Amino acid sequence: MRRAEVAVLSVLLAAMFGLIFWAAGGALPGVISAVVVLALGVLSAWFVRRRFGAWRYQERNEDLIVARGVMVQRLSVVPYGRMQFVEVTAGPIERLFQLSTVKLHTAAAASDARIPGLERDEAARLRDRLTELGESMAAGM
Amino acid sequence: MTGAPGESAPPEGEWLRLHPLTPIARIGRLVPALVLLFLVSTVHSKAENGRVETDYLIAFTLLSAVYGYIHWMVTRWRFEGDTLRIETGFIRKDSRRLPLARVQAVDIVRPLLARLLGVSELRIRLAGSGGTDGKLAYLSEAQAAELRLVLLAGHIDSEAATSSNTGLPMASVDTARLLASVFLSLVTIVVICTVATLAVLDQFEPKTAAAVAGFLAVYLLSAAGVIWRRLSGQYNFIAVEAAEGVRIRRGLLQTISETVPYGRIQAVRQVEPLLWRPFGWCRLEVDVAGATARNQRGEGTSVVRKALLPVGSQQDAWHLLARLLGAPDPVRTAPPGRARLKAPLSFHFLSAGHDGAHAVCVTGRLNRATTWVPLEKSQSIRRVQGPLQRTLGLATVHVDVAGKRSRAEFRDREAAEADQLVAELTALSRSARQRGRRATPVPSGAGGDAPSGWYPDPAGRHEQRYWHDGRWTEHVADGGRRSADAPTPGP
Repeated sequence: MRRAEVAVLSVLLAAMFGLIFWAAGGALPGVISAVVVLALGVLSAWFVRRRFGAWRYQERNEDLIVARGVMVQRLSVVPYGRMQFVEVTAGPIERLFQLSTVKLHTAAAASDARIPGLERDEAARLRDRLTELGESMAAGM
Repeated sequence: MTGAPGESAPPEGEWLRLHPLTPIARIGRLVPALVLLFLVSTVHSKAENGRVETDYLIAFTLLSAVYGYIHWMVTRWRFEGDTLRIETGFIRKDSRRLPLARVQAVDIVRPLLARLLGVSELRIRLAGSGGTDGKLAYLSEAQAAELRLVLLAGHIDSEAATSSNTGLPMASVDTARLLASVFLSLVTIVVICTVATLAVLDQFEPKTAAAVAGFLAVYLLSAAGVIWRRLSGQYNFIAVEAAEGVRIRRGLLQTISETVPYGRIQAVRQVEPLLWRPFGWCRLEVDVAGATARNQRGEGTSVVRKALLPVGSQQDAWHLLARLLGAPDPVRTAPPGRARLKAPLSFHFLSAGHDGAHAVCVTGRLNRATTWVPLEKSQSIRRVQGPLQRTLGLATVHVDVAGKRSRAEFRDREAAEADQLVAELTALSRSARQRGRRATPVPSGAGGDAPSGWYPDPAGRHEQRYWHDGRWTEHVADGGRRSADAPTPGP
């Protein structure tokens, strides 16, 4: 999903830069700048791929664990009882690939339990399960 | 603050108005704006034609008085069973129902003019979602105090409510210390240095000095505003122990009387700024889950940070802390020595630890900050490891509580220790939460029909207190150990 975004964006940017430099300085600078931008695109696609490969989650009896990150590795343990609401979002490109992002909200702004790129059915299942568990275990402030 | 809570509740259905002096007291809110307007226009018209016009000021004041009168006419309130209903609004009607059971805190605010007129404003904050705060401006002082007791009576047993006026003072700040502490703050020192530099510069290069002064005027004025707010806001600070929480009174021109409820404390922070450390002073702040104002992003609970002690000695702070969290003193350990490479400036402060009920950690570079978090309140546990930390085999563990900035950080711990911490803290928070949840049917004294058993201590001094036959007993328990302590504080 993100890879598709990166691909589309880098092709567009490459074309744009190429055209601008073509207009400004002729064919050679145009081609060079387009190639450079494309190479950057490939590099960031690789980063994005690693980043999403590192994203994993685990449903335990009382809490949800979300781990992510390659450079900075983060692991969040969010108890179901602390969940305030579950949010499922799907941007245009995500919709194209039938994917959704599930986000858990707690009262703490830093909790940050987000699981992107889930299959639509899996996202719906996770949402229902989390809501159910959250209701049965809800704890006050 | 007199009168039994039962009597002052007016019979249902009777609409009550605010104090007749309300329109005049409301003008007081405009005074700063009017003064500013007057100054600006005076300077302006002096430059223009040398005359000072004041007609519009009078018109302005009259207009606001008329508006205030209309507002007073359309505002009314009454009790409808267990609900306080406030209706107001002339063009846009606004009708609020505040269920007494959800009243979280009641603040009494008295701006200068209101104080002179003997009226005060009542601010009611609710628990849970919805974001409806009630405001009654203005009531007579006696009425406001009575109403506060009525509103908070649902929380606690009535015996404690009446005795809450005579609670023991927990901490106070005398004027000399407040002045010294404000003087020893960064803002004040920067302002004084800047002004001194400008004065020196004025001797040699008057033109440059004038230009620089003009440039810095806005910053200096706002800094002066900050200093003034600190002084006037915390003047005459006193914290009193009450049944429903710590009651704080403070203020120079505008006095504020607010309550920090024991059960709502998310985190306590003790800050020791660099300049205060030679005197052994510190500041104590609490994060309290307050009324929920849902913003656009749908972040749930709003958390207010309140100064529990603007400046005080370590003993004062410890005394307050003992009352709020039951003197949590887990063993703190420092991170391994190689953490110095990652955090060279803050390493000498870093330490953290936890026991069964609390996590405590020390952080800070110049200002040493110690944070206590009750594990019962933890929202999530996180482990974060940056690239440098991975190289050094370190990791940081966060215990998040409600709010944007409040959390305890076990910074730069041994990676294996961090893993273990995550598992331990998760388990401990879970059991702390379950202890809390079992005790959810808190007996609200008035009804008194809750079954006998252990419940969280309403005074917050102990973990649990035994409830029997419609009243609190002297039996208390801390971490499974039983002892005895009389239920209501004070004489």
